[in-house]
Amino acid sequence: MTATHTLHTERLSLAYGERTVVDNLDLTIPTGQITTIVGANACGKSTLLRAMSRLMAPTSGHVVLDGKELHRLPTKDVARTLGLLPQSPIAPEGIAVADLVGRGRHPHQKVFARWSAEDEAAVLAALDATDTVALADRAVDELSGGQRQRVWIAMALAQQTDLLFLDEPTTFLDVSHQIEVLDLLTDLNRQRGTTIVMVLHDLNLAARYADHLIAVAEGRLHAAGHPADVLTEATVREVFGLESQVMIDPTSGKPMMLPIGRHHARANDVTPIS
Amino acid sequence: MSVDVLAAGRTRRAVRRRGALATLVVLVVATFVVTLMVGQTFYPPGDVLRVIAGQTVPGASFTVGELRLPRAVLGVLAGVAFALGGVTFQTMLRNPLASPDIIGITHGASAAAVFAITVLAVSGAVISLVAVVAALATAMLIYVLSFKDGVVGTRLILIGIGIAAMLQSVVSYLLVRAATWDLPAAMRWITGSLNGATWSEVVTLSVAVAAFGALLLSHSRRLDLLQLGDDAASALGVRVERTRVTVIIAAVGLIAFATAATGPIAFVAFLSGPIAARLVGPTGSLLVPAALVGALLVLVADLAGQFAFGSRYPVGVVTGVLGAPYLVYLLIRTNRAGGSL
Repeated sequence: MTATHTLHTERLSLAYGERTVVDNLDLTIPTGQITTIVGANACGKSTLLRAMSRLMAPTSGHVVLDGKELHRLPTKDVARTLGLLPQSPIAPEGIAVADLVGRGRHPHQKVFARWSAEDEAAVLAALDATDTVALADRAVDELSGGQRQRVWIAMALAQQTDLLFLDEPTTFLDVSHQIEVLDLLTDLNRQRGTTIVMVLHDLNLAARYADHLIAVAEGRLHAAGHPADVLTEATVREVFGLESQVMIDPTSGKPMMLPIGRHHARANDVTPIS
Repeated sequence: MSVDVLAAGRTRRAVRRRGALATLVVLVVATFVVTLMVGQTFYPPGDVLRVIAGQTVPGASFTVGELRLPRAVLGVLAGVAFALGGVTFQTMLRNPLASPDIIGITHGASAAAVFAITVLAVSGAVISLVAVVAALATAMLIYVLSFKDGVVGTRLILIGIGIAAMLQSVVSYLLVRAATWDLPAAMRWITGSLNGATWSEVVTLSVAVAAFGALLLSHSRRLDLLQLGDDAASALGVRVERTRVTVIIAAVGLIAFATAATGPIAFVAFLSGPIAARLVGPTGSLLVPAALVGALLVLVADLAGQFAFGSRYPVGVVTGVLGAPYLVYLLIRTNRAGGSL
């Protein structure tokens, strides 16, 4: 797999019915890098991810994949290039891990085609990459939250796409599982050059794991670029309406945000609220 | 090593599935033959097989060939059609309660047929046509009423149950008003029955089963992917809305034609999928296993209805007795699980 696919949006606007959620947005996803999208609740970040993965048609503007308009490309072709793990996918009752991961092979299969050696190899590679080989025979509904999330990622990996989008892949996971999932995605990016785009809630994890950080506020692009340039006290104030201190994360050297609430701040450290 | 582990698990699941499918096929064939043998006159299997092979056997040729054979074949076809229609809805909406005989689609066919008989005074193929159109119209109505940013299972089920109740009261009203001589014909549209099965009904239903069944089978993997949720399915390259509309048309078509041929045989659509799921385990499509279970249910219930009791009951009465406890069980289970469907 060579990650040579390009994706950008041109004056993209998205709406649910009358309500405009994303307005006139231009952004470019850097190929072969990890991009994280952050923003307040209901700012349109998940909607943006859905539109960039062809789940939602723009009201105006375009999403452009490899120079072609995404929404005019055949669904199955797109699904061989671009995978998406939605926020809350549903596992059929009792399904075995190997069978669920096998469903990721659908875009590569013809209507009545039988299961091929290639499919088997892809499933095995996906289980291996997510460290879930030992779970292959278990029922998905018996697994812990962290294991289940790794299995869903394995399903997306079995799809063997060069672009992988994830909508809040760490939600509902405890902190060690969050790190585990993000480390796994970083491995994928470094070892295979998979372009990864994800929506994350946790600003500090978003900044740490991103090569490219996109901050969205009220459906508009607020800032995009290297995390050190994007995650600033001004950005946090303008995007989240929150006063904060941004400092260097001693572990990663990336920026790190500490919120300042109305309580608990020592007087001399408080940045005056303007 | 790990390739073997993967293959071994898949083989184990496949073996269970194949075993269950083979058992079902044997049971369906055996019940089918028994259905042809027993009746007022008993014919040994040899006579029955010769009639099926097209030879002339005195007595048996008429009784088996013209009376019992169309009845049994119609039973199989209706069982397959109801089961496929039911399991499609249950899979698509991820809910065993989402069966067409719970959410009002068969009720639409019944109500329209009873209306046609008692008010319009039509008969024969016209009634069937009216029933098919009404089933499709009811399905469309339920779909439209429950459509809001896509179709959500629970909303569709609740609206469907409401529509079913309304249509049932329409049927009751029509029956109260109906002329006495119309009642026997109308009753068939309330309780499914294989009585008076003819070869022409068999031909019509077999064409419908072949056409809609093939359409469903060609969509079986996409139908299974819909279970992952709309976003996940569409990310895997499934055109969600189009797939959904296609399988709904196929499923409603099957239900409508089966209802037109036999009347609504209670709970076959509702029971076949869950029974099949228990038998084959959670792997692969449920379409074929459910179809076999449906055929078996109808054949066994019809045999029981004819011979197990002092008087003869239509097949729908027997399946109704089988299905009702399961419905109660599901409702209790859902209630315990926290009240949502």
